[in-house]
Amino acid sequence: MNLAVLKTPRGCSTLIVIVVALVGLFAVGVLRKEAELPVISLAAEEIPLPFSEPVLHIPNTLPATWLTMFIIIFLVGVPYWVTVRKGGPPSRFQVAVEAVAEGMLGFMKNVAGENARLFFPLVATFFLFITLNNWCGILPGFGSVGVWVAHHSEEVLAAEEHGEEHGEEELTAEHGEEHLVLVPFFRSANAHLSTTLALAIVSVAATQYFGLKVLGIPYLRKYLNFRASSPKPDPAQKGLQGIISKFARGVEILVNGIVGLLEIVLETLKVLPFSFRLFGNIFAGEVLLFVVSYLFAFVFPVIFLGLELFVGLIQGIVFAMLTLVFFSIATTAHHGEESH
Amino acid sequence: MWPEGIDAVTQAATAFTIVFGVIFPAFSIGWIGSKAMEAIGRNPEASGGILTSMILIAALAEAIAIYALVVALAIKFVA
Repeated sequence: MNLAVLKTPRGCSTLIVIVVALVGLFAVGVLRKEAELPVISLAAEEIPLPFSEPVLHIPNTLPATWLTMFIIIFLVGVPYWVTVRKGGPPSRFQVAVEAVAEGMLGFMKNVAGENARLFFPLVATFFLFITLNNWCGILPGFGSVGVWVAHHSEEVLAAEEHGEEHGEEELTAEHGEEHLVLVPFFRSANAHLSTTLALAIVSVAATQYFGLKVLGIPYLRKYLNFRASSPKPDPAQKGLQGIISKFARGVEILVNGIVGLLEIVLETLKVLPFSFRLFGNIFAGEVLLFVVSYLFAFVFPVIFLGLELFVGLIQGIVFAMLTLVFFSIATTAHHGEESH
Repeated sequence: MWPEGIDAVTQAATAFTIVFGVIFPAFSIGWIGSKAMEAIGRNPEASGGILTSMILIAALAEAIAIYALVVALAIKFVA
């Protein structure tokens, strides 16, 4: 290890600042009152606004969404703005951003073929938005900076009702002190079911849009299919065999119709696993970080921060890839049509 | 109804949810990994693509365990 840097005044002062900060953190950890596991809320909390009667209900996942939006606009807008304004050779920053975009496009061309450019804007935005959102969620301050508010949701009301059942004494014993709950200002946007549900609905709706755009009206035959793929029975056929072949054709049409209806149900239900997968992964990661940093305050949670970085990237890739695969399935012709 | 029992029932339900919800994803992730290793062993040049799709499919299998985890957390903290 090169210790020469410590002999310069700048290196020395940096070292002193780091040591003082570490000692300060340890002191805070030792001196503060007994740690309490924060209340984990499955739903996103509302940011408490300084009005007596809140007019706006802002969930605490909104700042993270805005932050990610600004990061994406910065990443994409700055190179564009600089090139349009200045002209000339592209800057290194622009080259880096373009390298990422071209990498994604190359990856998508393996899956979607010639339609990759059509799908690229939406799928790349999904990937960037989800991944950056997941990474924002492990920034310091997320889930830990907030205000303490008196908890007066159904939980406490239920607890009070519960308390009444076994006497007034226990009620005062249990709920004598004020029940305070930390409402954080920031929360990873994908740990809010509404965000992931919105993303999933956009993805499924865009699947239908691209299917219609590329295949045209024949795309709807996937859902409203009242044709038999077998050849029409010979009308000259008489007797029992003719009846059987007509009956078989009727059954085939009926089954195709039912399959089309099932496709509609399946397509609609795709929203659920889509949104729950992302929500579950990110929310579980947040709970994991909560619990781990409650058990071991220092050093050990760093491993899990690294794990969360990895999980965030993988979930972004999974969401974008699944969307892409659904798009390319929707835009390839139904094999019933190819057999003609 | 059950002054102390209700808490015990919630805890047991949480534990059983996560236990039974994790068994099959664990098997499937192991299987995915073993098959991917087999494929790499047979065709080492394709290891990059195989690893990418392996991680993707492992994430899909893991998502099933995550559903169980979400349900367990919901039982624990919501109900």
